[in-house]
Amino acid sequence: MTERVETVESAAYCLVPQQVEIVEKRSFAPDIHSYRLRFLDPAARRCFDFLPGQFNMVYVPGVGEVAISIASDPEEEDLEHIIRIVGRTTGVIGKLEKGDILGLRGPYGTPWPLQEARWKNVLVITGGLGSAPVIGAIDYMFRRRANYGRVSVLHGVKEAADLIHRDRFEDWRREPNAEVHLTCDQPDRGWRDHVGYVTTLLDEVELDPSHRVVFMCGPEPMVVSATRALRDRGISEDRVFISIERNMKCAVGFCGHCQYGPAFVCKDGPVVPYRRIAPFFGVKGL
Amino acid sequence: MVNDLDSQWLERSALQRLRDVLHEQGYQVLGPTVRDGSIVLDEIHTVEDLPIGQRDTQSAGVYSLEPAGDERVFGVVNGPGSLKRLVFAPRESLVEVEIRGPGQAFTAKPTLPEPARIAVLGVRACDLAALAIQDRVFLNDRYPDPYYAVRRRGLFLVAVNCTRSVSTCFCTSMETGPEAREGFDLGLTELDGGFVVRAGSPAGEAILDHLALPEASAEAMLQERRDLASCAEEMQRRFDTSDLPALLYENLEHSRFEDVADRCLSCGNCTMSCPTCFCHDERDEPSLDGGTSVRVREWDSCFDRDHAQVHGMNHRPLIRDRYRQWLVHKFASWIDQFGTSGCVGCGRCITWCPVGIDPTQEIDAIRRTRR
Repeated sequence: MTERVETVESAAYCLVPQQVEIVEKRSFAPDIHSYRLRFLDPAARRCFDFLPGQFNMVYVPGVGEVAISIASDPEEEDLEHIIRIVGRTTGVIGKLEKGDILGLRGPYGTPWPLQEARWKNVLVITGGLGSAPVIGAIDYMFRRRANYGRVSVLHGVKEAADLIHRDRFEDWRREPNAEVHLTCDQPDRGWRDHVGYVTTLLDEVELDPSHRVVFMCGPEPMVVSATRALRDRGISEDRVFISIERNMKCAVGFCGHCQYGPAFVCKDGPVVPYRRIAPFFGVKGL
Repeated sequence: MVNDLDSQWLERSALQRLRDVLHEQGYQVLGPTVRDGSIVLDEIHTVEDLPIGQRDTQSAGVYSLEPAGDERVFGVVNGPGSLKRLVFAPRESLVEVEIRGPGQAFTAKPTLPEPARIAVLGVRACDLAALAIQDRVFLNDRYPDPYYAVRRRGLFLVAVNCTRSVSTCFCTSMETGPEAREGFDLGLTELDGGFVVRAGSPAGEAILDHLALPEASAEAMLQERRDLASCAEEMQRRFDTSDLPALLYENLEHSRFEDVADRCLSCGNCTMSCPTCFCHDERDEPSLDGGTSVRVREWDSCFDRDHAQVHGMNHRPLIRDRYRQWLVHKFASWIDQFGTSGCVGCGRCITWCPVGIDPTQEIDAIRRTRR
């Protein structure tokens, strides 16, 4: 029994959702929306301290909670969440509009290693909706442009319609010392970017093995083959950080659902050094 | 260890006094009681409520109680339940929410349990070790759990050192017993006619002051040493932990997981009876009119088909996947997570498995044919 137990009431309030108002809603597709959320209680925002890569439990009273990564910058007042409608709780969220109230508790989890990445060249490799957990990190680096080296963004989608927020990718393309490469493996006639898997984009960028930090998020097979392709190009797995997804219920490391090998994805992740989970990656059914 | 503490003698006839003193101090007194051919923790009003003269026979998938032919109060080693339900409630409300409508403002309040003082008679060393593990999970990790903390604070634990074991016990292999070394308020060893008793905490000392007992005789303490030593020596089950966690991490694809999956019913009995398993579900339970909702936490099991379900994808769809998750977590990744094995050697998962799967044998089988 430790001293920490003395503050049960305050500890309990940490687990209670705060009220947030939807101040802006943008739709990328019928089932993908971005929400900007503002705390009704300004004091709640002041003690809400996060870094990109962390997530919130977004709550619909009477329905349930979902874990959603934070896409906005820590300096912005509002929190941005990009939400895909896939189940009961997100189904209700999809019907809400500007002015509606949601619940939210957080922030939880381990962010991208944005301190370690300072002064280094950063390579970002994402697939499909795997871009959502990294958007905040990319914006974060461009907002603090002098602190980071070359930022290279490689993003792959299956079909052209899967590419959301193209405007953001175009904005990044205009940043100094940055490059953005988009690819699609089942393109339609209108697709003007690269064709093929995201790993084929590695031949398009100039890789500098000595300085890279790699942020990766996407389907497991993509992460496995991208990590292998990087190793072939002299970039060690030790520089690779990935954001992983598992079933999350409590977000504070008690409920057991999000375990992945020795990691609780909710607190040891979602962002983990690839090396830490490498022995488990690619093993089916873990 | 034992000799560092003052040892006193509690006559068998004075056990009721101990129960009554605890009750007078404001504790609800619980202990092992016989129900439906097994043992459950329930309220003890008189010593006669305890399973006097009974003993348990346990083996893989088998549990029975029978007369022991003696008058021992704590002859039964254990039943399916442990201290877990007293600190980590099988089902409890976390937050109460008042709802005005979709997208409308709401109010949410935590529902911490009322502090209660509960004394438990007859706690075994393995279960004290399990409680210490649960403390690490719920109190000493990044986020302390307030609901657990309130319940944990009110516990007074009267340990009983084991002088007999059953065939499923392997506490000596897990180094948790048969003698309770820490984490108790009072520690008893039952001998013919009474108990050697020691305080393990200031709260325990205060209770002993009320009882004003004589010192234990040298003969009683010698007999106690002999009984504890023979219990440890006679424990049949040995389990080699020397190559854990590496053995399991290196054999995630071992064919033994398919073999055990053919026998496993994925019922979750092992996780429900395990004194350290902490998996739980959290969900909203709205009222019929939708005006209020309760965030409920309820024990869950990694054997549940939906345990690793995310939208459009189940990470552990096969029984093989789920058995592996349980075994590798309990005996390997737990060590990485909390600096201790998740197993205390109580043997409940073996006894209460309807098909008698024994994780110590499964791990031995993997070891014999390791990659």
